[in-house]
Amino acid sequence: METIVLRNVSKIYQTGENRVMALSGVDLTVSKGEILSVMGASGSGKSTMLNILGCLDAVTSGEYVLDGHRVSDLAPNELADIRNRKIGFVFQGFNLLPRTSALENVELPLLYDRSHRIKDPRKEAAAALERVDLGSRLDHIPSQLSGGQQQRVAIARALVTRPAIILADEPTGNLDSRTSLEIMGLFQDLNREGVTILMVTHEPDIASFTERIIEMRDGMVIGDHRVLDRGDAARDLARVSSGSPPGSFPETVETEAHTR
Amino acid sequence: MKTLNLFRAALTAIVRNKMRSFLTMLGIIIGVASVVALVSLGAGAQSDIESQINSMGTNMVIIMPGSSDFGGIRGGRGTVKTLKLKDVDYLREEASNLTHVSAMIRLQEQVVAGNTNWNTSVSGVDPEYLSIRNWEVSAGRGFDRREVAARAKVAVLGQTVVEELFGNADPQGSRIRIRTVPFTVIGVLSSKGQNAMGQDEDDLILVPSTTALYRLSDGESIDAIMASSVSEEAIAEAEDEIGEILRVSHRLADGEDDDFSIRNQSELVSMATSVTGTLTILLAAVAGVSLLVGGIGIMNIMLVSVTERTREIGIRMALGARGIDILFQFLVEATVLSLLGGILGLLGGLGGAYLLGSAMDTSVLPNIFFMVAAVFFTSLVGIFFGFYPARKAANLNPIEALRYE
Repeated sequence: METIVLRNVSKIYQTGENRVMALSGVDLTVSKGEILSVMGASGSGKSTMLNILGCLDAVTSGEYVLDGHRVSDLAPNELADIRNRKIGFVFQGFNLLPRTSALENVELPLLYDRSHRIKDPRKEAAAALERVDLGSRLDHIPSQLSGGQQQRVAIARALVTRPAIILADEPTGNLDSRTSLEIMGLFQDLNREGVTILMVTHEPDIASFTERIIEMRDGMVIGDHRVLDRGDAARDLARVSSGSPPGSFPETVETEAHTR
Repeated sequence: MKTLNLFRAALTAIVRNKMRSFLTMLGIIIGVASVVALVSLGAGAQSDIESQINSMGTNMVIIMPGSSDFGGIRGGRGTVKTLKLKDVDYLREEASNLTHVSAMIRLQEQVVAGNTNWNTSVSGVDPEYLSIRNWEVSAGRGFDRREVAARAKVAVLGQTVVEELFGNADPQGSRIRIRTVPFTVIGVLSSKGQNAMGQDEDDLILVPSTTALYRLSDGESIDAIMASSVSEEAIAEAEDEIGEILRVSHRLADGEDDDFSIRNQSELVSMATSVTGTLTILLAAVAGVSLLVGGIGIMNIMLVSVTERTREIGIRMALGARGIDILFQFLVEATVLSLLGGILGLLGGLGGAYLLGSAMDTSVLPNIFFMVAAVFFTSLVGIFFGFYPARKAANLNPIEALRYE
């Protein structure tokens, strides 16, 4: 079953006289339960694609189907509801509400849920924080938490709505390598439990912890690789703790031809 | 988002910036406080005036001499001396709507008692005067009809005069001299305090009308006639009756103007009310201006707040907030801010009113309707001035808001 289907999606930004083709004819399918990363230099269109996948931006042409819903031509309010129910965001800069407790941060998306399908948001938020091992820090505000802990609060916030997919934008970009391994270990754990995760990164060793790497350049997908020697973040973390260096660049194999 | 959560979020945001929130509310606080204080004090003062006027007797009718008219040049009221003692007798005999009638001769005299003296007002009146004014004799007695007929040299003193001339001693039976005429003090009036205009009502001496007219005045005309109607409702009828009787007595032809004028206390009351009415309109204008200024202050701070919290707005939108959720968040915040200002202003205004009231010794009458209206209006101000910043927040592009540094 496909969680994400992009068919010939293009995005054009029009600023005055300039037309910028941020995405041109992108096709992408993500199955339920996958964990994959999108790589590419800046300007390759990976941020634009993430915005479109996250229903923050609309496509110029093409079709986007998320969890069986055609979202490419929904109105802003419907997009807001889709974001709320189907998508969990994890950002590079954590993007937690300042001076607001971890519990209230995680509870926030449930308060915007119009269907009120979750009866006790507070309990659900506490359970999500428990899941990311922050059960003892419910009342801490972001400034009282380390970077890794803040990112785990953000992951709990993404998880709490039980979304179809978690979209992570450079989730380890602001973290040291050890904490990065912690976060990737958490992502791998969640994926093993069946959570679909798509992350954007430009660090190959981070991408090596995912199953699949999408390579982008100039608004096009130029490679779709299956990771052969997938890393185990928990094992690497243990190795770092005992003093050995982490794994090297991932070995990959071409799965589909991307020649245009 | 549920309403409860909206209010909680708004309160959290307000409490987070205590100093700024307070300064933002200050305009509204000062506006509402000053208006509530002034209106409460104004209403208190008005009721003081009314009760004082009522204490003079609401059934009271005063007849004053008319104005002169020499070749088209008209003098003021009382410029001709048209009222005579016989008018008092006519009214007493013929007016069926009047219960009491008294002549009134007003004099300002130097009064001597022993080795002290005092300048006070001396009023020549009839025994009925005390009933008309709801006044009582606290010691001794008032003079009677016989003493009036005999032009007796007896006097009843007001409290202030007693204090000035006799100190703590009992004045009854003492001799005082008004101009060159010696009088015997036969009674002391109960204290009436100040009247609505701030004059000391107890600074006077009452003597029989005839004594004042023939021994102290010109023996011809009297200054006014005081009367009380049978009831408050009968005042208009009583005035018509007085007019008819006096026109006959003064031999006025049809078409000729009255050479006297009739006034009653309800006119005084309505005059006082119209003064305070003007004051209320002025206060409302002050309130409007201060609420406007306070509202602009709120709009200003809300605009700053929206810019400051652009990233927060982006996060909320990414998590599924609709534009309307963001709009309500900021609208509720602005409304709570101004409502809180209104309530604080209300409490401050009431406190100030009671403080000032006790300092100036006037009553304070808070108007519940007005206070509810003031608080209601401040929340309207919040909604009105909060709308533009809130809409600006709601219309933000989530991608740009998330990227905002």
